[in-house]
Amino acid sequence: MNRLILLAASLLLVVASARADDAATLKAGTFDPPRAAPDFGLPGSNGAEVRLSAYRGKVVLLGFGFTSCAAVCPITLGTLGQVFKKLGPQASDVQVIYITVDPDRDDAARMKKYLTSFNPTFVGGTGSEAQLAAVRKDYGIAAEKVAGPDGSYNHSSFIYLIDREGRLRALMPFGHLADDYVHDVRILLAAP
Amino acid sequence: MKGLRLVAIALGAGVFCAMAWAALAPVSFASREEIFEIPKGTWARRMAGDKVEILPAKIRLTLNVHDVLLLRNLDDVPQVFGPTVMMPGQSFRLPFEVASSYSFACTAHVSGQMTIIVEPQPLSPWARLRWRGIALWDAVA
Repeated sequence: MNRLILLAASLLLVVASARADDAATLKAGTFDPPRAAPDFGLPGSNGAEVRLSAYRGKVVLLGFGFTSCAAVCPITLGTLGQVFKKLGPQASDVQVIYITVDPDRDDAARMKKYLTSFNPTFVGGTGSEAQLAAVRKDYGIAAEKVAGPDGSYNHSSFIYLIDREGRLRALMPFGHLADDYVHDVRILLAAP
Repeated sequence: MKGLRLVAIALGAGVFCAMAWAALAPVSFASREEIFEIPKGTWARRMAGDKVEILPAKIRLTLNVHDVLLLRNLDDVPQVFGPTVMMPGQSFRLPFEVASSYSFACTAHVSGQMTIIVEPQPLSPWARLRWRGIALWDAVA
């Protein structure tokens, strides 16, 4: 009888540890070791400076794009909007920062109008071309203007996941579903 | 004439066996990770004018068997590697769960893009044959 109880307990332990491993594995690409996310201060869509370090204590989802983007940004921001709905009250511990690659058109007011349509808490960052190029370099972001009348850009389309301590933990490629973000954000929120 | 016939039969049997193996043997890898590393000294070599290509513009992975991209920067300086910038000694592990074609903007390539094609796990004999045919073609081309 004791052997049976011991066997059942062992099995439960194995199953529990397997589930814990599964939960701890992010769906996004992960950095090892994680480095401190480079800080920046840019004119924000909220009328104030958007500074990454000001969001220490929250999980930050950091992306780069532009408001005239027809292909990538609306999908990504729409997904992030869904993420916030699915997170419920936990969303108050998460911040989306979206930095423009198109400073000629994306001023603070335009970014505010655009981002608010996805979620009123999303914050945009703009600035001079030099300011934005410096931030892109720190994060390894590619952005290239496409020749043509619509002034479009080819740009990196992933989202960085930054933990509560300001460490660059992961990179979610374009195309992931809201559930994948929710899975990873909850792991980062739960981390000590 | 008889010798020639024997050679033809042996050749045919060999091709048949190879095709049977390619169709029936499950596709497997020693690891699920496809690893690319920037070796120490790469930056110095590049500065000296040496063209060092580490990451191909197109990478082919297979779901459930070989579906994790692992990048390591073993050099002494930060480098743009694949989609992102990596610190010295840092690694980046990107798992895939959906078969698709993934494009990343990547300044390290002339095209400005890196593509990762994640194919479904070949489970049927025909799918395995096709998978091995493409792998052989990629290796030869």
